[in-house]
Amino acid sequence: MDVMPKWADVVLIPLISILLAAILSALVILAIGENPWAALKLMVSGALGSTYGWGYTLYYATNFIFTGLAVAIAFHARLFNIGGEGQALIGGLGVAVICLFIPWPHWTLALLGSAIGAALFGAAWAAIPAFLQAKRGSHIVITTIMFNFIAAAVLNYFLIGALKAPGMEPATPRFPEATHLPSFQDMFNFGETTFFRGAPANVTFFVAIAACLFLWILIWKTRLGYELRSFGHSESAAKYAGISPTKIIMVTMLISGGLAGMMAINNVQGEAERLVLNAVEGAGFIGIAVALMGRSHPFGVLLAALLFGFLYQGGAELALWTSIPRELIIVIQALVILFTGALDNMVRMPLERLFLAMRRAKT
Amino acid sequence: MDFATLLQMLDATLRLATPLLLACLAGLFSERAGIFDIGLEGKMLAAAFLSAAIAAVTGNVWLGLLAGIGASMILSAVHGLASITFRGNQLISGVAINFLAAGLTVVIAQSWFAQGGRTPQLSGDARFNPIELPFAEALQNVPVIGPIYYELISGHTILVYVALLMVPLTWWILFQTRFGLRLRAVGENPAAVDTAGVSVIWLRFAAVGICGVLCGIAGAYLATALQAGFVKDMSAGRGYIALAALIFAKWRPWYALYACLLFGFLQAMSLRSDVVAGVVGFQVNGQFLDVLPYILTVVILAGFVGKAIPPRAGGAPYVKER
Repeated sequence: MDVMPKWADVVLIPLISILLAAILSALVILAIGENPWAALKLMVSGALGSTYGWGYTLYYATNFIFTGLAVAIAFHARLFNIGGEGQALIGGLGVAVICLFIPWPHWTLALLGSAIGAALFGAAWAAIPAFLQAKRGSHIVITTIMFNFIAAAVLNYFLIGALKAPGMEPATPRFPEATHLPSFQDMFNFGETTFFRGAPANVTFFVAIAACLFLWILIWKTRLGYELRSFGHSESAAKYAGISPTKIIMVTMLISGGLAGMMAINNVQGEAERLVLNAVEGAGFIGIAVALMGRSHPFGVLLAALLFGFLYQGGAELALWTSIPRELIIVIQALVILFTGALDNMVRMPLERLFLAMRRAKT
Repeated sequence: MDFATLLQMLDATLRLATPLLLACLAGLFSERAGIFDIGLEGKMLAAAFLSAAIAAVTGNVWLGLLAGIGASMILSAVHGLASITFRGNQLISGVAINFLAAGLTVVIAQSWFAQGGRTPQLSGDARFNPIELPFAEALQNVPVIGPIYYELISGHTILVYVALLMVPLTWWILFQTRFGLRLRAVGENPAAVDTAGVSVIWLRFAAVGICGVLCGIAGAYLATALQAGFVKDMSAGRGYIALAALIFAKWRPWYALYACLLFGFLQAMSLRSDVVAGVVGFQVNGQFLDVLPYILTVVILAGFVGKAIPPRAGGAPYVKER
């Protein structure tokens, strides 16, 4: 029945969408009087030309893997979790509480503790919208948007109140030394040659990879994943098969919120080693672009997150060396969301016609 | 709190409610026609930027307003293309539009004016200035009514009055005209409208277009009336508050006015937390007042204060039967 072969659906359409987004971005760069080719070269050398650049690229990618997976699993159950931003903020609160108030003997235990804390806090923040969707039928998109704003206010409240460090800045005190996660610089230090010097990538990257694997198993190899996907395909069919919508919505959103919250291990414990205002910096929203581009597949999310990590670090380099502001990345992100998400049919329809014509020509 | 302070608060309420009201009515048209629009925020932001930029360059605020409406309409066209023509996901399209506006405004502002992503300060004819209603000066000393007329009703920019007039106009269009009936029908049951021989596509594009115009006015108001120029992210979540107001109002024009006035009042209170503290007797967290609209919306959505039922065909692209 499928008009197109699977490879076209999985590879060709995203590629064309990215290409369209890239062409439009190049036009924007051209319009503000810069050279797109030079900009691209600068981005590549800045993000991938050194282990320092890679260290930043992988650090950003780690954030986006978590938020991308969070959006992706919700997509499988046909839920749109826009609240990754808020869930990651509250996850940061969890990490801060765990790191500040429990005397950890070693970083491995601290990592385990903060992972649980971040996931629990993030999941709790997703639980209320999930419950309202499941039980009261209120639209999860609207409630998760509202919860992003409320999360920012909650964080602000704690950072100027109970968790504030002495001084002017609204931030928590530094976490104790024992909670320091080994950065790539610590791990790949071979005597005279130190790789990733000064870059924030840390051991959390491997946690993110593990999360990808965990999600792949969950979605395609478990009963829960099967129920979740069938609920996403057809709610009425799932109900008929004895699958409880309330359970699926709740469980999916708890996992989604937990994943978004776990991003905080990377940016709060791994990089900043304290909790600051607006610690997430929009990574929760980039998760939407990442999940759309990765076709909600954990491996696709990993690739898309790497691409966005590259864009983020490359964009920072652009802002440093040229007159192109950092906000260009937001434009690219918007175009990716637009083409891979909303205008998907614009690419798909002509391609389907093309494949149909090719098939007719063959027979 | 004395009478003068109260009037000041209400005056601020009206000024802060205006962009919310315009955006809320914009969303009303779009969502009543079955097109969800979480891109109100982005459209306002784009309109705010272009109106301020054109007003700064030409020195004429009316040209700025037109340019702002134009910018908002372009984004509306993108939304229409994605969600009507190509039957894409309306929510995702809205998200994309918000980011597109957030990014493009700063990128263009930086390369155009090189002032860190803002436009030059507007003054004189490049701004909407307050207009004095007739007899405001003369009546100022009449007790009670005089100050109310002078402080609260008179002395706003023209766009405030436009926004207020849009409420009965919206009600009239939606509930008293054939176009309005069809527009509402297309949001409830597009197949029926199609069967009656009326174009679903055209009606939905018309609704999205009206939404673009109103968001354009809202954005222009932000940059050329409420403030004097564009700054980065100046819509500051107002599009989302308007969306919240729309749900609060259960997709009805007059209730939209009340909801926006309520949310405007909350914003005015968070600006004057000293007054609030004086009235309730203890210090209220300004942050709390800021997020109160969102909390109220969640409570409404939870169905504790009556159920908010959106238009039935909302969010679903219409596919003609073949």
